[in-house]
Amino acid sequence: MENLVEIKDVNFAYDVRPVLKGINMTVPRGRIIAIMGLSGCGKTTLLRMIGGALKPASGTVTVAGRSMSELGQDALYEMRRKMGMLYQFGALFTDISAFDNVAFQMREHSDLPEAMVEDLVLMKLNAVGLRGARHMMPSELSGGMARRVALARAIALDPMLIMYDEPFTGLDPISMGVISNLVRRLNDALGATSIIVTHDVQESLKIVDYVYFMSDGAVVTEGTPDDIRNSRAPFVHQFVWGEMDGPMPFHYPGEPYAADLQLGAARA
Amino acid sequence: MPRTSSWGPPVLERGANAFRIVGRRVTNGVWRLGYASRFFLLTLTRSALSFRRFRGLTFREIYFAGVLSLIIIIVSGLFVGMVLGLQGYETLQKYGSSEAVGTLVALSLVRELGPVVSALLFASRAGSAMTAEIGLMKATEQISAMEMMAVDPIARVIGPRFWGGVLSMPLLAAIFSAMGVFGGYLITVVVIGVDEGAFWSQMQNAVDFRQDIVNGVIKSVVFGVAVTAIALFEGYDAPPTAEGVSGATTRTVVTSSLAILGLDFVLTAFMFKGI
Repeated sequence: MENLVEIKDVNFAYDVRPVLKGINMTVPRGRIIAIMGLSGCGKTTLLRMIGGALKPASGTVTVAGRSMSELGQDALYEMRRKMGMLYQFGALFTDISAFDNVAFQMREHSDLPEAMVEDLVLMKLNAVGLRGARHMMPSELSGGMARRVALARAIALDPMLIMYDEPFTGLDPISMGVISNLVRRLNDALGATSIIVTHDVQESLKIVDYVYFMSDGAVVTEGTPDDIRNSRAPFVHQFVWGEMDGPMPFHYPGEPYAADLQLGAARA
Repeated sequence: MPRTSSWGPPVLERGANAFRIVGRRVTNGVWRLGYASRFFLLTLTRSALSFRRFRGLTFREIYFAGVLSLIIIIVSGLFVGMVLGLQGYETLQKYGSSEAVGTLVALSLVRELGPVVSALLFASRAGSAMTAEIGLMKATEQISAMEMMAVDPIARVIGPRFWGGVLSMPLLAAIFSAMGVFGGYLITVVVIGVDEGAFWSQMQNAVDFRQDIVNGVIKSVVFGVAVTAIALFEGYDAPPTAEGVSGATTRTVVTSSLAILGLDFVLTAFMFKGI
């Protein structure tokens, strides 16, 4: 199967702190893949790199055969029109209504007549079950509803690639189930490809086709949801069962504890 | 930075540290100034290219920055004019030239107080609001979302606010001066009883269109550019946290107030040196 996204030997650092170390991933067309890992392990950085917001220090990120880091602004914007992104808390524009949020890209990027924009927006809002909430402002929407409007906005231009940055964070179980079902249904209905960055293991394993586990900037395990569920690898076990200490250490690396305390005594 | 020893020679190390801190502050300052200049140039070029598309948004920003600042500008202008009238009358009557109070009020307002005070009020009323709004848009990822939707936030968000602020400022300064002159008239002519004809005719003779009014307008345009650019840059550069946005809002008011006063001195020195 053809790969829509290919990530090869990608390294990246913020200042001097390495965030991604030699990442390799492939995302076949039509699939939903999950990138899982602890907070701060580099998942979101990777997603921003696929969107072309960050450039890798070395290695390549290719989307639909084009290297994202080599595109000029016009070419990059052209690629982004074919991508949709759902942010962690929706990132809806707070000064315009749900309807206008979904219509935003259609109005910016096309000369469609307003009547057609209206029909398209209502279709997108209907797909997430919020046609009736079109006149509400983002501040009037619940967390789950805001996430669904943001999802409708992400699919406004029928993207080939949909990216989800922690789509389940802070949602009640019903909203979480609704969002995860929508992710699967919309991906299949639009013939799109999806990448979900998440640390919600149980919810995402139900809907994804393949999982990459990241720890400390590197891919440590990968496999299908069944592989992951049945995995005996200590890291995966720790993550799936939420154990406090294990291969992923509880302590952030630092000076030895005793040395730190001595320093504290010297300052006092 | 590798630490040689935590018990190292304290005096030397402290001296070196102080030196390092000063050095870092200076390089950070220069870096930030460069970043701000680049941001300002980008704002100018990209908003000029997209002005026709976002004209409606610019009018909306004129409403938010200009129309909503009207109350504070009108009330302050009125009071500043009334105080000028009172103080001016007190002093001038000692020399028997109380009719010149109209000239004093008008010149002080048009040349200095109108542009400066209205810019200071504009910085605290509209500038701080712009910084907070952009900072919060950044903190809630609205700016990144816009970029991911292939819409340039500098053209779409920053540009209209910049031009909205720059166009509002001279209008607000003019309204401030007009209200001030009216305030001075109220106090000196209506309340104190200075001769009305002398008040207006002396003012008309003394205020020169090119020297006073045009120079005042130039000042307020410069202040408008400075305040709006500072406010937008601080918002765009704010760390995406609650403290980051509040710190940026404070910096907007402090930096733009200092910029207004500094620029006012420079402009005045150039404009009125021959008078």
